[in-house]
Amino acid sequence: MSYMTSIGSYAIMVVETFKKPTKWHVMRTLILKEIDELIYGSMGIIIFISFFIGGVVAIQTALNISNPLIPKNLIGFATRQSVILEFAPTFTSIIMAGKVGSYITSSIGTMRVTEQIDALEVMGVNSLNYLVFPKIVAMFLYPFVVAIAMYIGIFGGWIAGVFGGFSSSADFVEGLQLDFIPYHVTYSFIKSVVFAFVIATVPSYHGYYMKGGALEVGKAATVSFVWTSVVIIVLNYILTQLMLG
Amino acid sequence: MIEVGDLYKSFGDTEVLKGISTSFEKGKTNLIIGQSGSGKTVFMKCMLGLINPDKGYIRYEGRDYSEMALAEKRNLRQEMGMVFQGSALFDSMTVEGNVMFPLDMFTRQSRSEMQDRVDFVLKRVNLVDAHKKFPSEISGGMQKRVAIARAIVMNPKYLFCDEPNSGLDPKTAILIDNLIQEITQEYNITTVINTHDMNSVMEIGEKIVFLKDGWKAWEGSNKDIFRTDNEAVTNFVYSSELFKKVRQMYLEERN
Repeated sequence: MSYMTSIGSYAIMVVETFKKPTKWHVMRTLILKEIDELIYGSMGIIIFISFFIGGVVAIQTALNISNPLIPKNLIGFATRQSVILEFAPTFTSIIMAGKVGSYITSSIGTMRVTEQIDALEVMGVNSLNYLVFPKIVAMFLYPFVVAIAMYIGIFGGWIAGVFGGFSSSADFVEGLQLDFIPYHVTYSFIKSVVFAFVIATVPSYHGYYMKGGALEVGKAATVSFVWTSVVIIVLNYILTQLMLG
Repeated sequence: MIEVGDLYKSFGDTEVLKGISTSFEKGKTNLIIGQSGSGKTVFMKCMLGLINPDKGYIRYEGRDYSEMALAEKRNLRQEMGMVFQGSALFDSMTVEGNVMFPLDMFTRQSRSEMQDRVDFVLKRVNLVDAHKKFPSEISGGMQKRVAIARAIVMNPKYLFCDEPNSGLDPKTAILIDNLIQEITQEYNITTVINTHDMNSVMEIGEKIVFLKDGWKAWEGSNKDIFRTDNEAVTNFVYSSELFKKVRQMYLEERN
């Protein structure tokens, strides 16, 4: 029953977020600030993780090729497929759920605890629109992050494959180009848009409706990460079935 | 004027407000007093519309707040100013940004007009050198004054203060009390203050509503409070020896 109540509250929150919009010049500043915090501020960790994940995929693939009949270009092919289809959109989203999600929950939760949200409401501001809407808009730039994660992941795979002595550069690049289906990139971007919405709204829900003090802010951030990850994993399954199945 | 009638509010099985009826007049500092857990904060949050009462009405100049849709409530809230217990200043904004926030959100004033208004209200609350500081860089008393400045910057008709003196030293507490009273009279605002600070009760309590276990146990002025025989009020207000002596002296002086 409480899960149903939470889903209902979440839906109401999302609807309220789009009502009574904040003045554009105020909203513009908020959106730019959120782009800086959520997108630009996450680039470092995303680049770092994508590079090494791509490298690990290439090494794992190379180490599992024992049959000499299997061409060496499989390393590039497997790296491309893994990175584009799953690692860039899904794995990066889980990282973002931890980094950005906990930031969103704790910042909104702290505002709740210190009555700053009440202060907004008493002034007549739609606090949900003011706090959550800029995050949703900023997160619509998330596909660019995923695109960068794709490039860096594949680059990491190439570095690991070529400089680790597992493949030649020509074989790797040939593998990258082998049976390339552009729709896979589209699929990945569609997934990333859906995940972006989840990363912006689920942590906001946990922060906005939290009760208690500083300790509960920490707990809410943890719970928000768990639920954001669960929702991403479930939606990943559903979207994969719908779009590739 | 704010009229409250037969106000009830429960949380689960706990009845917090049990049929409170009272009114708060314009140009007066109205105080809600009572022990912790007596329902003061819930009562104030009901008046602000942050909590919906189960039963009863709250009327602002005859307009029934409880019957309004959320959009109407938000419009009415633009006529309200609120000073929260913890000041509730926006951490990410400077003092100036906090005070300018309502003007920026709800008026079409130019930047220079807004700046003039901010300078005026900050001067009014005796804060002239803190414009560019962040809330974390100023003292608790200064934060309260910024909160008051933010609350009055839109010229509100109604000013609500939740424990404005909590955590302040006695001297600063008196300054804040006097400031609120001066502003109330100067701008003819209906001010409602939630407090259990007895100095405030004695100094600025033009109307006092005493809550006990969710009931309105007594109401009157700071003069009446010396004369009342209501046991609940006297037990609460004169719980310290100092105030007992003050009361005794007042009564002896009158006789």
